[in-house]
Amino acid sequence: MIKTIVSTELPIDERFRIRKNVIQHGKEGLRFCVVTGTHGDELEGQMVCYELAHIVGENSQKLNGTLEIYPALNPLGIDTIQRGIPNFDLDMNRIFPGDPNGTMAEQTAHAIVEDIKGADMVIDIHSSNLYLRETPQVRINVQDAEWLVPFAERLGMDFVWVHDAATVLEATLAHSLNATNTPCLVVEMGVGQRINHKMCHRLVKGILHLMQTMGLWQGTVETGWESSIICKGDHVTFLNAETSGVFLTELKCGINVMRGQVIGQIVDPLRGIVLSTVTSPVDGYLFTIRAYPIVYEGSLMARIYNR
Amino acid sequence: MCQTMRQETIFEMTSPCRDNFRITGYHFGNGEKALAIVGAMRGDEVQQQFICSQLVNRLQYIEQQGHITEGYSILVIPSCNPFSMNVSRRFWAMDSTDINRMFPGYDQGETTQRIAAAIFTALNGYHYGIQLASYYVPGDFVPHVRMLKTGYEDVETARLFGMKYVTTYQPRPFDTTLLNYNWQLWNTKAFSLYSGHTSQIDTGTCDETIDAIFRMMQRTGIISPRPLRAAYESIVIDEASLLHIKAPHAGIFRRVVVPNRRVVAGETLANIIDPYNGKTLCDVKNTADGIVFFTHNRPLVLQNALLFKIHTL
Ligand SMILES: [Zn+2]
Repeated sequence: MIKTIVSTELPIDERFRIRKNVIQHGKEGLRFCVVTGTHGDELEGQMVCYELAHIVGENSQKLNGTLEIYPALNPLGIDTIQRGIPNFDLDMNRIFPGDPNGTMAEQTAHAIVEDIKGADMVIDIHSSNLYLRETPQVRINVQDAEWLVPFAERLGMDFVWVHDAATVLEATLAHSLNATNTPCLVVEMGVGQRINHKMCHRLVKGILHLMQTMGLWQGTVETGWESSIICKGDHVTFLNAETSGVFLTELKCGINVMRGQVIGQIVDPLRGIVLSTVTSPVDGYLFTIRAYPIVYEGSLMARIYNR
Repeated sequence: MCQTMRQETIFEMTSPCRDNFRITGYHFGNGEKALAIVGAMRGDEVQQQFICSQLVNRLQYIEQQGHITEGYSILVIPSCNPFSMNVSRRFWAMDSTDINRMFPGYDQGETTQRIAAAIFTALNGYHYGIQLASYYVPGDFVPHVRMLKTGYEDVETARLFGMKYVTTYQPRPFDTTLLNYNWQLWNTKAFSLYSGHTSQIDTGTCDETIDAIFRMMQRTGIISPRPLRAAYESIVIDEASLLHIKAPHAGIFRRVVVPNRRVVAGETLANIIDPYNGKTLCDVKNTADGIVFFTHNRPLVLQNALLFKIHTL
């Protein structure tokens, strides 16, 4: 059943709507939410939502509980190929839990949290951005690690990153939900503006597996995957560009690298020279790599989990 | 002996195909770091940039006349973001990040974190700090001095600007990366000045803001007294006390009242017009007696959008 959780007028003959698909079966059972599209340039969640709505919709007798799918929390951003909300300064994932008396964006954020709150599990799917390519991973704030890592492991992603708490991150959807005791896992994968089918199929399986272990799904799920690498504590090395220029690399993320290994080069197309070489300072697991080639001093080039 | 203005490159960085990115500061006077002033941090803050250029111009003269108090120094950074202004983007063009939400910065971090770190290092240690700011919601304001409530905000000094209003507000998580917030935590008495406009130069409010800054400099003894235009006895308010008036419908917005107007309960503040048939969809009504502090200023409006903030009396 399609439900509209926000509906307001836009200036010229259009309504702004946020909708969800509620698939329900059985009298009792838990409530599981899959949300995506907070950042309008991250599209992998679109395919994951489609697959889940299709699989669970066609086999709803195997569902024991409620699956709610929210494919577009920032519909205007998705339709205008932008990360943020058109005509609004702040990243939508920095204004949760929102404010019923604030700007339109803050009112929307408030309505979203009110609608999702109380669910037994929420998966918030992100897709990196235009600039970085990410290994399929779950991100968890350190203060929620004990509670959430056991759920995250069942998603079968390559990597679980337990990161430090930061004040600005208190305004994310995940943090706002976790603060109301609604468990929310953030998934990051792929690269912005594209859909990687393999990764999407893996996440669909992972979500069905998690639903199965929570007693929500009676269908079969093949789980041939290796267990996730769990990264806790301060063990992530960030590599930033030493010079501005054009970044060239042969590597993809999700591989082990050795100390001293070349990740790529930043070159000057005008003079035909290498401006700087990006080298791994540690032995570790490369889980993020620069995707967009134009870089400035300081641009993030890679993240390496230094085991 | 009279000193002269010193120009300093605060930050310089190469770019992939453009000229180098530079942030330039202007120092006046010698000695204790008394006051730092920052202009455009976003590419559309043209009014802020213009005000700073006028300050640099007049401070040069004031310094030549020997009117900067012995032992005090002043820094003005007219622009922290010439690259965005040159291509008409509000934020950093490569990744749409906002330098004003990167403080205190990180010199080993991402590009805009590095820029923020360089700016913050240059601004650190000043007794007073003034940022010419713009708001994250587009609109027109009564010119005012704004401060985050951090426990370090200095309302008494804020009154010395003689602007119509001094406002304080409770920081939200996304405010903890603002320059004003971090400046305060690092012991600078920080004030954000909202001169009423952003992407256009409005001479009237520019002059008012420039006068306010010189008035504050005189009243705190940083420069010697000279005649200025009349000041206001500032009204101090907590922004949480402002009455919010929202749009009952979306449509074309026709504003009836402007900032600083006195309004009574029941008065029409704006009309919202049907964009197809030209009929009035609704009048936006005021609900309490007061003064218009903020108004929406775009021709179109979304339903439930914040249109007016009223200081109720
Ligand atoms: Zn995202």
